Amino acid sequence: MSLRIVVCVKYVPDATGDRKFADDLTVDRDDVDGLLSELDEYAVEQALQIAEEADDAEVTVLTVGPEDAKDALRKALSMGADKAVHVEDDDLHGSDVMATSLVLAKAIEKTGYDVVIAGMASTDGTMGVLPAILAERLGVPQVTLLSEVKIEDGKVTGRRDGDSASEQLEASLPAVVSVTDQSGEARYPSFKGIMAAKKKPVESLELDDLDIDADEVGLEGSWTAVDSAAERPARTAGTIVKDEGEGGKQLAEYLASQKFI
Amino acid sequence: MAEILVYVDHVDGAVRKPTLELLTLARRLGDPVAVALGNGAADTAAALAEHGAVKVLTADAPEFAEYLVVPKVDALQAAYEAVSPAAVLVPSSAEGKEIAARLAVRIGSGIITDAVDLEAGDEGPVATQAAFAASFTTKSRVSKGTPVITVKPNSAPVEAAPAAGAVEALAVSFGPLATGTKVTARTPRESTGRPELTEAAIVVSGGRGVNGAENFAIIEALADSLGAAVGASRAAVDAGWYPHANQVGQTGKSVSPQLYIASGISGAIQHRAGMQTSKTIVAINKDAEAPIFDLVDYGVVGDLFDVVPQLTAEVQARKG
Ligand SMILES: Cc1cc2nc3c(=O)[nH]c(=O)nc-3n(C[C@H](O)[C@H](O)[C@H](O)COP(=O)(O)OP(=O)(O)OC[C@H]3O[C@@H](n4cnc5c(N)ncnc54)[C@H](O)[C@@H]3O)c2cc1C
Ligand SMILES: Cc1cc2nc3c(=O)[nH]c(=O)nc-3n(C[C@H](O)[C@H](O)[C@H](O)COP(=O)(O)OP(=O)(O)OC[C@H]3O[C@@H](n4cnc5c(N)ncnc54)[C@H](O)[C@@H]3O)c2cc1C
Repeated sequence: MSLRIVVCVKYVPDATGDRKFADDLTVDRDDVDGLLSELDEYAVEQALQIAEEADDAEVTVLTVGPEDAKDALRKALSMGADKAVHVEDDDLHGSDVMATSLVLAKAIEKTGYDVVIAGMASTDGTMGVLPAILAERLGVPQVTLLSEVKIEDGKVTGRRDGDSASEQLEASLPAVVSVTDQSGEARYPSFKGIMAAKKKPVESLELDDLDIDADEVGLEGSWTAVDSAAERPARTAGTIVKDEGEGGKQLAEYLASQKFI
Repeated sequence: MAEILVYVDHVDGAVRKPTLELLTLARRLGDPVAVALGNGAADTAAALAEHGAVKVLTADAPEFAEYLVVPKVDALQAAYEAVSPAAVLVPSSAEGKEIAARLAVRIGSGIITDAVDLEAGDEGPVATQAAFAASFTTKSRVSKGTPVITVKPNSAPVEAAPAAGAVEALAVSFGPLATGTKVTARTPRESTGRPELTEAAIVVSGGRGVNGAENFAIIEALADSLGAAVGASRAAVDAGWYPHANQVGQTGKSVSPQLYIASGISGAIQHRAGMQTSKTIVAINKDAEAPIFDLVDYGVVGDLFDVVPQLTAEVQARKG
């Protein structure tokens, strides 16, 4: 029996660009290039490794996002994923985590899965909760924030490095997994991979295909509301001194003036 | 007055500082009712009462330690049903966020994570968040259900506000999902004796410029002279010079201390994401063009191997 792996990947504004909010207080996607969230590359990598270990496996990458989010899917396909699913619908604009997770959960159920793999957090919303919510919605175990992951004999095992302890986890499939950036460097797409990706299938789904009403998603259907977004005032220029042999002492003087010593 | 459920982060009964900060914020919204789970739960009561908890709901069961996250969600949900609070507040640890998020789905509520401030508003609590590596400040609300909000450490002062803190046992029955993910082994992190990174008032961090695991001793010596926690950039962590648990940044810890001292760190956006809300920022870097200098209140352009030991000696001398 084939192992069906669904990887959730998000299309996000480039963190090294000038990220802003649009007038409706959603993420401004016009002024900054988008890309596959770097932390989701780790999820794709682990999915590919698990697929390589399994006798027979299929890796589907899934995104909920605007038209351009296809770029994120292409990147994942060029890394080696087999196929892609893109949920795209104008009514999705401005969805919060509850709305987004509803759509992802329905799309995952429709696609069929044995394991869902996600990143530890997106690089824009950075909530780090979506995988746990997916597990709750799908009614399967969550095996999240893993720095090491393995799938064997219908079981997922892994290591979770928490604040106070490092834990070894185990759950039966189906399950939702998320992996951290400690799980292993993500591969670069090869030229062959990039060429092959162009021929791989990308299935587009709309809300209707998932039996979701427009009023369950988007700005209106979200369960949170953003009232304002203000750019943080630039820090006033600090004092910068060049060390001419007394730099440490001068710094101590400053720290004392600020009552830190 | 409305009751506000506060999830307690504690280690064997010792309440962590972010929970005491949460009680300060909870008192702006109503009467805090604390929920403490697991080993030593009842021992948290005195500290919680001292900081404003009118009631402390406690539960312990082997499930809390033997399975991941969900047993705690079941318990928090039981508390939610018993209290019918006006809001649920949870510390923004990795686990805290997951607990809060699953509770929110179950009770049909929106969730806001990583709030850095909280005020009462006409339509419920208004949360301040720092977005896009703290380059924006947003104000948000939960518009459906009972607001579930997770709050970052160092978002409010710890204030004494003695209250009854009556301890009550919470009845919890675990659902079918509770035992889904088994914890088969646990290795506690060794204590360094230094303050907890996310809670520390001062953080001293080293980056690639520290150039070697053994050289981190000079960063540690400075930290110890100031009673500070030690942080590291991802470059230093990836090189194996310092443990990942000490990484500051987007995929490490997010810190917001009174004073942050960066040595040999360039100030990449992902590092800034984890320290930009520090009150006072100091950097030591030999490259005058390093982006970290855009953030600093005080910067020294120089070799950290000269500047840091001199600073440490000076701090020690001044402390006598
Ligand atoms: C600055 C900012 C703050 C926000 N704060 C909140 C908030 O407090 N409450 C709230 O309800 N919403 C919030 N949102 C909206 C929220 O980010 C989106 O709804 C988002 O898709 C889900 O949260 P996340 O991106 O933070 O995901 P995380 O929980 O950080 O993502 C974890 C993983 O889930 C997967 N994933 C996430 N989104 C998608 C997607 N669209 N398609 C495929 N896979 C995905 C990826 O694998 C990702 O690595 C915020 C958005 C921004 C930009
Ligand atoms: C998805 C993603 C997540 C990431 N998450 C994080 C994260 O959580 N935390 C994080 O820190 N990074 C993170 N990064 C990495 C980040 O982009 C940078 O690569 C990293 O922060 C660089 O670390 P650094 O400043 O120590 O090293 P460098 O950028 O190499 O800087 C070293 C600095 O040290 C200075 N220096 C060298 N020698 C000396 C000396 N003798 N005296 C004084 N100064 C000296 C140099 O001038 C230079 O400015 C992430 C990246 C990605 C893509």
